Formats: sequence, structure tokens, C-alpha cells
Amino acid sequence: MSANECCGSSAGDIREIEVFDLGAGKAPMKPPEWIAGFTDTAAGPVPIVSTEWSRREKRGRLKCRFFNRFRMDYKVDPGVYGVGTPGRNSPILVTANYKLSFDYLRTALAGFDAWILVLDTQGINVWCAAGKGTFGSEELINRIGCTRLARIVDTRRLILPQLGAPGVRAPAVKAKTHFSISYGPVSVRDLRAYLRAGCQADAQMRAVRFGLKDRLTLLPMEVTPALKGFLIYLIASVLILGLQPEGILFRSMIDSGAPAAVLGLAALLCGTVLTPILLPWIPFRSFAAKGFLLGGAVTAALLFLVLPQGFRSTWMSALSLVFFPAASSYLALQFTGSTCFTGISGVRKELRVALPLYAASACLSLPLLVLVKLKDFGVIG
Amino acid sequence: MKYLANVTSLQLFSERCTGCGRCIEVCPRAVLERTDRIVRIVDRDRCIECGACMMNCAFAAIRVNAGVGCASAVINGMLRGGEPECGCVDRPSGCC
Repeated sequence: MSANECCGSSAGDIREIEVFDLGAGKAPMKPPEWIAGFTDTAAGPVPIVSTEWSRREKRGRLKCRFFNRFRMDYKVDPGVYGVGTPGRNSPILVTANYKLSFDYLRTALAGFDAWILVLDTQGINVWCAAGKGTFGSEELINRIGCTRLARIVDTRRLILPQLGAPGVRAPAVKAKTHFSISYGPVSVRDLRAYLRAGCQADAQMRAVRFGLKDRLTLLPMEVTPALKGFLIYLIASVLILGLQPEGILFRSMIDSGAPAAVLGLAALLCGTVLTPILLPWIPFRSFAAKGFLLGGAVTAALLFLVLPQGFRSTWMSALSLVFFPAASSYLALQFTGSTCFTGISGVRKELRVALPLYAASACLSLPLLVLVKLKDFGVIG
Repeated sequence: MKYLANVTSLQLFSERCTGCGRCIEVCPRAVLERTDRIVRIVDRDRCIECGACMMNCAFAAIRVNAGVGCASAVINGMLRGGEPECGCVDRPSGCC
């Protein structure tokens, strides 16, 4: 469904919720548990949403942190919703149709009377959707029109999350719809204070924070995609290192494969867990450099202090020190997309330096691996 | 925390600025400041090029090459020969 199409549960689309997925001969489905009732408006009935987290939603919140597929399809219908007993001058808060964004907003509004206008961002959160333009002026103008919002309310002010601002041209929205835009706080945690202060945000509310708790929340989504690559690495390394002139030997798989697995896992954890956690304290501003430094230190420590001496041949040590820090660096670089303090010019600059180095590391690793195997086979000394 | 120094493409055209302060309101990184009804850049290195200031300036007084600060998106763009695209909308990916 295109973001430009007019659809979803606008005020007049209640029947669509009631007969949601209605197949021939099936009983109508109940509205979702977060719809507490309906209120009549000049544009038809509008769903009133609960301000509580249900058990299912708490589970959904957790699953969004761990399962990408679940997260990418966790959506709510775009349209107008109400909280409490909204009136014609109640504040209108705009959000994305990522269910988690919507849930955080509606639960933050407990005790308030307000309207929520949900834009079709294709299930993407506000910040990312604003970057892509799906949380944008065009969709906002369209959604105001197709929900007949101007008939539901007298107020002509919309409150948008501040992190939606990169996608929205407030002057254009005002010109087309006569709705002016106020930007609320960056974090929904400050929303109640913002509303109580008469829609005024202080400097603290305007600044994006990226503390340890925020970084920890993001960790599972860094680790899980990397684990797929790790599994391939694990199988390939165990098979290659287990290969001897007699065939693939279990003993070689354990003796060489296990330490290689440990080094691989360490590199993965350095790039996806340790670098994000220790981000402010690792030297350098470049994510690639941070990952390389940490990956290099951990690889060297494991290689020379922990792993058995039999594993530590000259060529294997060289291979480990060429490959694993680069792998950690690459994974750390991916965390740029999860932060709120990196910019595209900086990322491009990092990549101009880092990508050739990763290519060089890969090109050097291959002959080093051949040398490791030639030594294993007794071809070279 | 700050990202790389001296990389932002942020430009402020003071002659067009009316000092309305909308850019300060939308900037999540406190890059801009207003003194005597004139907006100025206080810390360029804090800018993340999100483009919020440019989008919301009614007087075209700010220009920035806005985009996502996401390595995966930039790499995807390089591979496909187009704009940075993390694929969050069209297909599942690990980012954002």
C-alpha cells in the first residue's frame, strides 16, 4: 500500500476494524484489545484507545527488540484515534504506524484527553521514516484530508514528535491544510511534561540522548543479524581447519576449529556488543576505528594469553590478526545506523577509508589461510 | 557524544535568516543558537545532517545535504548505484 493512498482506519472506517479480515461465513473479528470504545464525531465514529500495555503488547514490545521479521510487520492502521474523552480543542498528536511507536505514545497519554493521528509510514518508526520521507509532509497532508480531521476538531495545531521534523516541511503543511505544526519533545518520556507546560519544550527535551540504556536496548538487533554470518563462518572454518591429507578429521576440527570459533565469536561480540556499550569510552570518533581497536586488542589477548599454544603458529597468528580486527571493525561500523549522532557525510568518510582496508584484509586473509593449510599438510615448514 | 569532526555540509545563510528560531526548535543536537535575533552555528561537529532545520525553515536560510548516517544504507546505495537505502521499508534489514 502506498503512503500516498488514502486508506486505513480514519474516523469513518470503524466498520473496517469490526470486519477486519472478514472471510465468507466467518464471524466478525473483535476489535483489537487496545481499542476501548468509540466516540462519535462530525466525521463519524473514532476509536478510543486504551492507555495500558496489555500482556500481548508487552510481549510484542520484547519481540520487536529481538526479531526483525516480527518488528517489520508490527503495524497499526493509519488514521485518527482518541485517548480519554477528546473534545474539539484537545491536542492532536501525530505518530508513525509502527505499533511500538503508537503504543509508547498512547500509554504516555494516560489521564489526558487527546487525538492521535497515525501516518502510514509502512510500519517504520518516526525517526527512520522521517529520514526516508514516509513520515513526511505529503503523507501528513494526505492523512489530514482523508481522515477529515478538520471536521473532527476546531483546533488547527498538530503536535509532531521532534524527530519527525527531518521529513516534514511545516510551512508547506500549513499552507495546504491550515494546520500549523508544533514540535513536541524528542522522547515520549517527556511528553506529559511538555503537555502540562502548555506545549513548551525546554532544551533538555529538545536534545536527543543516547545513553547506556538506549544502547543496551539496541544490542539484540545488532547481534541477531550478525549471528547468521557467524554460523556460515563457523561451518566454513571448522571444515577448512579440520581438513587434513587424510580427510576432514574430528581432532583437527576441535584443535584448530574451536579456537577459530572462539576468535570469531569474540570479534562478533566486540563489534556488536562491546563497541556499542563502551562507545563513549573507546578512543577515536570513527566507529570503524573503535571496532578495529577493540577487536585487535581482544584478538591479541585471546591469541597470546588464552588459546592453546598449538593453535598459535606464525601463519595462524598473522591470519587472526589480519582478519578478526577487520571483522569487528565492520560490525562496529554497522552501529552507525542505530545511533542518533552520526551523519551521512561522516559515514561516507569512514567508508572511503574502511572499505579498502576491509578488502585488503580479505585479500590478505586468503593466502594466509592457504599458508596455514600448507603448513598443516607439511608442505612448508 | 560527537561524530567525526569537520565533515558536516551544514550552511547557514544569515542574510536570509529572520531569527524565527524554528531551526533551533527542531534541531535534536543543539547545533544552533539565537543571540540578538540572529541564529548562528555554535557547534558544527554536533550536526548529524538530519535536515530538520532545512526542511522547516520558511526562508531557505539553511542548506544541508541531508541523509541517513547509516553505514549499511550507504553501502547498499554504493552496491546498487543509487541513493543510500537501508531497505527498512521494502524488506527486512538489521538497521534502524
